[in-house]
Amino acid sequence: MVGIVLISHSAALAEEAVALAVGIAGEDAPIRPAGGTDDGDLGTSLTKLEEAVAEVDQGDGVVVIMDLGSAVLTARTFVEDRADVVLADAPFVEGAVNALVTAQTGAALDEVVAAAEEARTIGKLC
Amino acid sequence: MDTAFFLRWITIVTERVRADRDHLTDLDRAIGDADHGANLDRGFTAVEEALAAKPPETPADVLTTTGTTLIRRVGGASGPLYGTLFRTLGRSVGDVAEVSHEALAEAFAQALAAVMKLGSAQEGDKTMIDALAPAVQGMRTSLDAAAQAAGDGARATTAMRARKGRASYLGERSIGHQDPGATSMALVVDALRAA
Repeated sequence: MVGIVLISHSAALAEEAVALAVGIAGEDAPIRPAGGTDDGDLGTSLTKLEEAVAEVDQGDGVVVIMDLGSAVLTARTFVEDRADVVLADAPFVEGAVNALVTAQTGAALDEVVAAAEEARTIGKLC
Repeated sequence: MDTAFFLRWITIVTERVRADRDHLTDLDRAIGDADHGANLDRGFTAVEEALAAKPPETPADVLTTTGTTLIRRVGGASGPLYGTLFRTLGRSVGDVAEVSHEALAEAFAQALAAVMKLGSAQEGDKTMIDALAPAVQGMRTSLDAAAQAAGDGARATTAMRARKGRASYLGERSIGHQDPGATSMALVVDALRAA
């Protein structure tokens, strides 16, 4: 199955976003948080991202969903030499839920990325 | 320019970042999240330790170790950005003992392209690119010209409206403040001529 990593400036936000996605979508596909700096402050950590990707990597590829700022830059730096890890340009929470639902169907990496990115176009009030 | 030159450069940057730490953080307090000076100080302090722990043998070693350490230790957006700058410089100068001025100028041109791509930033977005891009032009002439151009570029960000980074959330209110990333980039480039 495709793995999913949520990278956020906040350790708590990443953990809770994972909990929310699992609560809604189930826990059949691997999903892990990578939030905060190595010291636990606000910010992002390449080391945490590497560890989370390694944990969810089952050989079918990994989708990374970022919140903002350095999360995007850290993730982009990480995938420079990892063709099997793809960044989804998606809203953090909705993208995570869509990606997890789709990953659990056994969908391929590109399908999971597309599902996450579809969340950008779904309105909340229409 | 040999390994000792590049080590002096990084040492001077580290000292100046430490000295300017509060100034950089104050600039970042105005339009960012008030951590730029602290983040860079933490990053370059870690670089100092990494270079002391395993003395580099080539200019590329100095640059690559600096870049990799910044990516791992800064924690904010400036980590991947400065890390990519130094790693690209290292890759570009290659495995040589001496770097010519022309080779360094070409390495900076490649580093500019890499940082712009990583941050999806253009000149005029009120970012470090506004100091780095003029520096690359100036470096075709001399390190002095590069330093002058980087400083001018950083000062010119005061009038700009931010289109990238945390400051972009402020929109019009970002105008009137010098960009902290451009300011630290000017410091980094200026340190070259003191090395």
